Amino acid sequence: MNEIVQGLAQAFWLVISLDRELITISWRSLYVTLTALLISISIAVPLAALLVVNHFRFQRVIIAILNALMGLPPVVVGLIVYILFSRSGPLGVLGLLYTTSVMIVAQAIIITPLIASLSHQAMRERWADYQNLLISINTSKMQSVKTLIWDSKRALITSCLAGFGRGIGEVGAIMIVGGNIDNATRVLTTAISLETSRGNFALALALGFVLISLAMSVSLATHWFGKTERGGLW
Amino acid sequence: MFPLSVSGAEISVNSKRLVGPINLMIKQKSISVVLGANGSGKTTLLEALHGLRKLSKGKLEWSIPKNLAAKEQAFVFQAPIMLRRSVLENLIYPLRTRQIPKSIAIEEAMHWAQKIGLENKVHQQAPLLSGGEMQAIAVARALISKPKMLFLDEPTASLDGLAKKTIEDILMSAATNGTKIVMSTHDLGQVKRLADDIIYLHKGIVESHSSKEEFLTSPPSKAAQQFLAGDIVI
Amino acid sequence: MILAALFGLALILLEANSAIAEQVKLAVTSSFHNSGLSDHLIPQAEADLALDIQLLVVGTGQAIKLGKNGDVDAILVHSKPDEEELVKSGFAKYRREIMFNEYVIVGPASDPAQIASVGNLLEVLNRLSKAKVNFVSRGDSSGTHKKEIELWNKITFNPEDIGPQYISVGSGMGKAINIAVAFDAYILTDKATWLNHKNKGNLAIQYEGDQLLYNQYSFLPINKNMHSHVESKLVEKIEEWLISEKAKNIINSYLIENTQVFTFNAN
Repeated sequence: MNEIVQGLAQAFWLVISLDRELITISWRSLYVTLTALLISISIAVPLAALLVVNHFRFQRVIIAILNALMGLPPVVVGLIVYILFSRSGPLGVLGLLYTTSVMIVAQAIIITPLIASLSHQAMRERWADYQNLLISINTSKMQSVKTLIWDSKRALITSCLAGFGRGIGEVGAIMIVGGNIDNATRVLTTAISLETSRGNFALALALGFVLISLAMSVSLATHWFGKTERGGLW
Repeated sequence: MFPLSVSGAEISVNSKRLVGPINLMIKQKSISVVLGANGSGKTTLLEALHGLRKLSKGKLEWSIPKNLAAKEQAFVFQAPIMLRRSVLENLIYPLRTRQIPKSIAIEEAMHWAQKIGLENKVHQQAPLLSGGEMQAIAVARALISKPKMLFLDEPTASLDGLAKKTIEDILMSAATNGTKIVMSTHDLGQVKRLADDIIYLHKGIVESHSSKEEFLTSPPSKAAQQFLAGDIVI
Repeated sequence: MILAALFGLALILLEANSAIAEQVKLAVTSSFHNSGLSDHLIPQAEADLALDIQLLVVGTGQAIKLGKNGDVDAILVHSKPDEEELVKSGFAKYRREIMFNEYVIVGPASDPAQIASVGNLLEVLNRLSKAKVNFVSRGDSSGTHKKEIELWNKITFNPEDIGPQYISVGSGMGKAINIAVAFDAYILTDKATWLNHKNKGNLAIQYEGDQLLYNQYSFLPINKNMHSHVESKLVEKIEEWLISEKAKNIINSYLIENTQVFTFNAN
């Protein structure tokens, strides 16, 4: 218990004193996860919408696989990405291993199925409501997709936040592909892991509290700017 | 695009025949009312005429290609389908999907909002309004694109007197302005007020298609007689 | 949405080309890092050589693998048989001994196995094998783990025979120590990591000093013939620096709790 109190105190002090290393790794955490999030959203949401409005043969199988991929263990993703980007691997020539770029790739792979599945579920329900109307009005597939996305935005924002949460707290994959290199690829979660292994529990907790605050701030800011929790349905 | 000729049309689901065989000719002008007891297949027939349902057998042809005919039609569903947006946004939607510039669309929408008495509620979220208001919005939204053919499925079924009158007035006005209307109802009073001709449906089969006077003075079958007498038709 | 994806991709590719100083990737074992020596040694090397030395702190097994895959330019490990294997396979040019530290056996303050008073390592191991006490093993094929196995072999004893009290964790040294603290167990650890570790709990050094417990660290440059992108020239500079007088001084004068933990022995 003592360590938790110490951790809180240390967290407070680190933040107040604008500790340089803290700011650097916090910024890096946000940079990696937010970039991965952006990439994931741009793939997952349109994909989910297209799955809703289109009908094709293996649709159910694809949706089932997408849902199953939500359970992808991050550390396994990290391992596979490492093997792909290793110098001895097929993408080794890109020289991206142990950079924040490959960390972004790994996180994007982990986050995308989550956002896709949740978005798909939300938009599928919306489509059930709207389908007859939109067909009657003769909207094109593209118009239907845009309408679905816009009218499901609250649920979509929630699924994106879920993706963000998954990414910002992730450590297994980015440890393997990023290497936790000081001044290069160290982020909050890998730093916590390091300090824990050093027995430095108070500092690890401090970093943990900073991470929690960061994650919650992003969440709150999103709701604030999206005006999502202010009455009405969506 | 008229006439719409239907020959030998049948709709079956899981080898159960819901509607048909049906032979019909829908001509321009006038309000045709599809009359019948609950479960007689009115909704199924209307959806088939509009193209929302595929025929299991038979043919359904306009005098112009199907895709062109689709653009001149509109449908009002029994339970109004509101987009999760404001009243105004619901009204402009069909115009915007036709690439009509926003300013013009808004002007038209405000005009219609006035007609249905909702000009002071245009920015409220449509799904939160009363049943009568939503149905009025649905009718306005259907007519805003100036369709040549308007289908309505029991549009005033759950509405109070005032709402019913508002909508009936709009429909009569639309018919006068050249929109062909095919609507279903089981409200005899409404039939008497609005119908020019009556299509009587019993257990999925069109028993007669005649003028209102003909139908009311000499009903074509025992079932029709029972119906007019106010008995339950089984 | 497509714009967002392209933007992300652009950032990724940009990053790949933005190295400013010359970079070298060095895989080192966690014990070298946890001892705190790397924080003294490496920045100095970076300053003197004007290089950016990126340290990957991993287990010995992973370091060897990274070397084989060419994902690093050189490795610093402490597991002679593995090192010789790497050289034999051609992936490392050679192994260059740099320094050594010692392993110690750490255990609960009450020393239930009574090894503190014993003067002989083999007797210590004997007692540990027979006393019903908790023993934490690295269990991860690291240099430390392999040393532990070597020691058990010296008394021809299979540690699994200790039963459930033999706790094999599959973790780095620091995490293994945390577990030993939690279980009030004995554990083999390098002295430097132990002295530096902040969570010592109820444990203390119970035995040290035998030459068998010496722990040799070697530097292995990866062979450019096997991986053409390896920064051989820069690695040479680092190696030269590591065997220099300056490095010798830093290594020998590095104290934890006023104790010298590493001894320079390059020649």
